[in-house]
Amino acid sequence: MSFDNIRYIFKKELRSFFNSPVAYIVIVVFLVILGWFFTSSLFLVNVATMRTVFEMTPFLLLFFAPAITMRLISEEKKSGTLELLLTKPVKEYEIVIGKFLAAWTLYFFALLPTLSYYITVSFLGSLDSGPVIGGYLGLLFVGAVFLGISVFGSSITENQVVAFIVSFLIVFILFMLDKILLYVPNTIASTLEYLSIDYHFSNIARGVIDTRDVIYYLSAVGFTLLLATAALQKRRW
Amino acid sequence: MSILVSNLTKFYGDAKAVDDISFEVHSGEILGFLGPNGAGKTTTMRMITCYLAPNAGSIKVEGKDIRTESVEVRRCVGYLPEQNPLYLDMNVLEYLEYTAQLQGVPRQSVPRRVREMVDVCALGEMKHKDLGQLSKGFRQRVGLAAAMIHDPKVLILDEPTSGLDPNQIVEIRSLIQDIGKQKTVVLSTHILSEVQATSNRVIIINRGKIVADGPIEELQRGLHGGEKITLEVNVPDAQPFTVVSVQVKSIPAIESVNLLEERDGVKKFNVGTSSGVDVRPELFKLCVQKGWTLLEMHREQTSLEDIFRQLTADPVK
Repeated sequence: MSFDNIRYIFKKELRSFFNSPVAYIVIVVFLVILGWFFTSSLFLVNVATMRTVFEMTPFLLLFFAPAITMRLISEEKKSGTLELLLTKPVKEYEIVIGKFLAAWTLYFFALLPTLSYYITVSFLGSLDSGPVIGGYLGLLFVGAVFLGISVFGSSITENQVVAFIVSFLIVFILFMLDKILLYVPNTIASTLEYLSIDYHFSNIARGVIDTRDVIYYLSAVGFTLLLATAALQKRRW
Repeated sequence: MSILVSNLTKFYGDAKAVDDISFEVHSGEILGFLGPNGAGKTTTMRMITCYLAPNAGSIKVEGKDIRTESVEVRRCVGYLPEQNPLYLDMNVLEYLEYTAQLQGVPRQSVPRRVREMVDVCALGEMKHKDLGQLSKGFRQRVGLAAAMIHDPKVLILDEPTSGLDPNQIVEIRSLIQDIGKQKTVVLSTHILSEVQATSNRVIIINRGKIVADGPIEELQRGLHGGEKITLEVNVPDAQPFTVVSVQVKSIPAIESVNLLEERDGVKKFNVGTSSGVDVRPELFKLCVQKGWTLLEMHREQTSLEDIFRQLTADPVK
């Protein structure tokens, strides 16, 4: 594994996010929607909490993760630059990891301004910082899984719209898994619950960092990136 | 031996795109890869550059196998794909730098290599412009610069002049010839004059098979066995052509005589010869001896167009 190659690809992708309007649009729209949900309920409930941020962000990510990543690989497939990239001494997984990290970093920059909510709320009342730290950590994990899935969605097609819809569908199913538990037989309910993204997130968002949840997120991200790598290698056979 | 291709076969589904081809390219050679569209040129090049994997057969580039030492092969090959894809949102310098980094140019020599390539490909004025704003000729130069940025031993250029205007074509060709002095170059094209202008050797490929392989002059001679000479002579006393014909045929190497045009004493005809013998001195002496006035004599060469059409003509017609 060449960390240099990953770094070069990461830097290039991050630069093209911020050179185009994509990054700014994503960050601004994300913050506007999140900010509206956050402020509108804050004074209604009258409790010093950031729960709305942690409840709403995974929901917003359903749309934002596929939107950020849809062009990452599919555009290169369409314009033919993927051929340039793959005929350089670069491994497929280095490309996938570099692009994934760039998307994750963009997401990180979108989350960063929400720290101002934390500062505001902590002035208004006593805010328990444990769940906040856990919540942000959980959001980074959830984001990583959603973005990993969306990178995979982008790797299987040269059409950005198809990439968006496929990614959205997979992410949406994973998101809904623990909300349909009432309707499924008990035997598979626990499996579905374990696979659900929200279930693990709610654990971490309470401020409890359990290795089981961390392992779930890391393996989910690893698995999606593996699938994306396989999709790039498929051309050879 | 720079590139060694043996028994290469590639299927797309059931269709055979490349059918058991073998050839080799020596170091320092410029090889023209010629064929109609869809003949398998691009597929072969994509296999040499490790973009596609062959179904059967092997390729060695600079002694390294594309299956087992793929990364090493990619390190010593520079590739300009068909249509010259580029990141249109990057500027020239950014793009060349990115390419150099990914090609594994040592960090401290990246700026130097980028500068050199900007000079070689005359990109100085454009270096801060986005690739999307450049004209096609400049984009092609950027593509070439990127292909050469790591000073590769082997250059693979897939239709390097497609879509350029005649001036740009001449520029790119002379650039390729300059480069070809130190490197092995394989370039594909379906424009015949291009091969004549740049290459030492031609491989003609049709329906996935090699139909001709050799230096251009050899192909031109080889196809007809011999050459044709056209003469125009003024014969005194308006002798009939049959008399002339018999006397011309008395020269041993001449196999056929065809009349093309006749008015009064002026007769235009061509003669076909067996291979390897130049009969022009003999013909001249004959004219002098018989008192014919020689108005014109020239040797016709089979053009590459003719060879190409004969070799790649559709047999099902």
